[in-house]
Amino acid sequence: MGERMAGHTVRSYAEELNRLRDAIARMGGLAEQQVAEATRALVQRDTELAAEVVRRDAALDALEREIEDFCIRLLALRQPLGADLRLIVAALKVSHNLERIGDYASNVAKRSIVVASQPPLGSLNGFQRMARLVQENLQGAIDALVRNDAARAGEVWAADEPVDEIYNGIFREMLTHMMEDPRNITAATHLLFMAKNLERIGDHATNIAETVHYAVRGDLLPEDRPKADASAYAVVRPEDRPAG
Amino acid sequence: MIGSMIDQAGGVPGTEGFGGAQPRSMGSPPARVSIRGLNFYYGTNQALRSITLDLPDRQVTGMIGPSGCGKSTLLRVLNRMYSLYPGQRAEGEVLLDGRNILAPDVDLNELRSRVGMVFQKPTPFPMTIYENIAFGVRLHERLSRAEMEERVEWALTRAALWDEVKDRLHGSALSLSGGQQQRLCIARTIAVRPEVILLDEPTSALDPISTQKIEELIDELKQDFTIAIVTHNMQQAARCADQVAFFYLGELVEVAPASQIFTAPRMPRTQAYITGRFG
Repeated sequence: MGERMAGHTVRSYAEELNRLRDAIARMGGLAEQQVAEATRALVQRDTELAAEVVRRDAALDALEREIEDFCIRLLALRQPLGADLRLIVAALKVSHNLERIGDYASNVAKRSIVVASQPPLGSLNGFQRMARLVQENLQGAIDALVRNDAARAGEVWAADEPVDEIYNGIFREMLTHMMEDPRNITAATHLLFMAKNLERIGDHATNIAETVHYAVRGDLLPEDRPKADASAYAVVRPEDRPAG
Repeated sequence: MIGSMIDQAGGVPGTEGFGGAQPRSMGSPPARVSIRGLNFYYGTNQALRSITLDLPDRQVTGMIGPSGCGKSTLLRVLNRMYSLYPGQRAEGEVLLDGRNILAPDVDLNELRSRVGMVFQKPTPFPMTIYENIAFGVRLHERLSRAEMEERVEWALTRAALWDEVKDRLHGSALSLSGGQQQRLCIARTIAVRPEVILLDEPTSALDPISTQKIEELIDELKQDFTIAIVTHNMQQAARCADQVAFFYLGELVEVAPASQIFTAPRMPRTQAYITGRFG
């Protein structure tokens, strides 16, 4: 339900708001790319790609600062109200979320360089699936903002549960690898952090979806979102050790 | 809800509630003025269409809308200003403390002492500052000289003008600056101790500093008076009003707390107007 409003009476103001949307879309695209390439660097043990992802994080930081400056200028000079005000506040928050997503992606890339120096540790399918899901959510959330589509934002908001489930699976798998052979601990620990990073990226995508819902509709989503991250309750007991 | 934690002072343990500028808007105070199914005609031209609106007691109601939407007409109904002009008539009810002020037997002088009005351009009388205030009071009350002096000082103090004029009370009101003249008009209005104050674009002819003084004054006065303000300046309505009514083509489109009207209005027309996407 894309809600487009009639053009602004002051055309330059309308252009500025469009430019803001474009900047968020560009930043969102870059964040998605960072997540995708960090994961690819991990799966393909491509340390050059990983280094490039780490370098490119500066571009996201710069975009965040640019968007923040622009929003402050719009608030001061245009004194926005209603949907315009909500869009600008949303852009501030979303750009911050995207900057954090960039940090997590960059961290995944950094750790992938260490993991590549270690012997391979089982299948990385879970990471690929998780990365694909969070990318889809991220793309959906940014799309929803660009198209003013609250329904799309609501879908993304409710779609984080599978990400949590994969994360729980990876968590258990890594514990098992570590118990099997202490030489796996280095790689498994890095992989755990990487899984956590991807899971956090998913959370930021749902934050963005919440913000977009507010920007479009003017009300807040309920506080209880479906969640399935149970790793905080996980324990390992010696009797759980696999035989052999 | 974060909003309620911020709005209610002390809602979060250990915090003062830093957003609680409008505690009065949290409950819903009784209506001082109730407008019920009001239609208004300039001859055959209908300027207001079945308006139903409450002015809550000791709150500021902002009225916004494009030129010709009927907001100033509504103010003119609230103190029966229109009765001065033949061919203008109102249908429906406007209850002030439960009594219909549109009824033919209403004493207009008494009504206007209960519902005061301040206009866009300051309208001081060509008299002394003191007389500008005493003049209106004398129409309604017989006061001793001492009582009158006390009343004049009270009104000028409430209008935040006393300190600036106390040494020249018997100088001409016309020598005051525009902002001072407007505060004098507000002092003149409150001197007769009305219940309701109507402000028709009270700062549109004033510089920003004078405007701020009037807005500060409005905030002060709402402790004692029920206030309606018509303004073309959306930010002014946002700053001053507890509730805001948006009018369009003689109809009341939406009325809601200012914080809602200016962040998330319900009606598309209101949204279009406040964001500058009109017509």
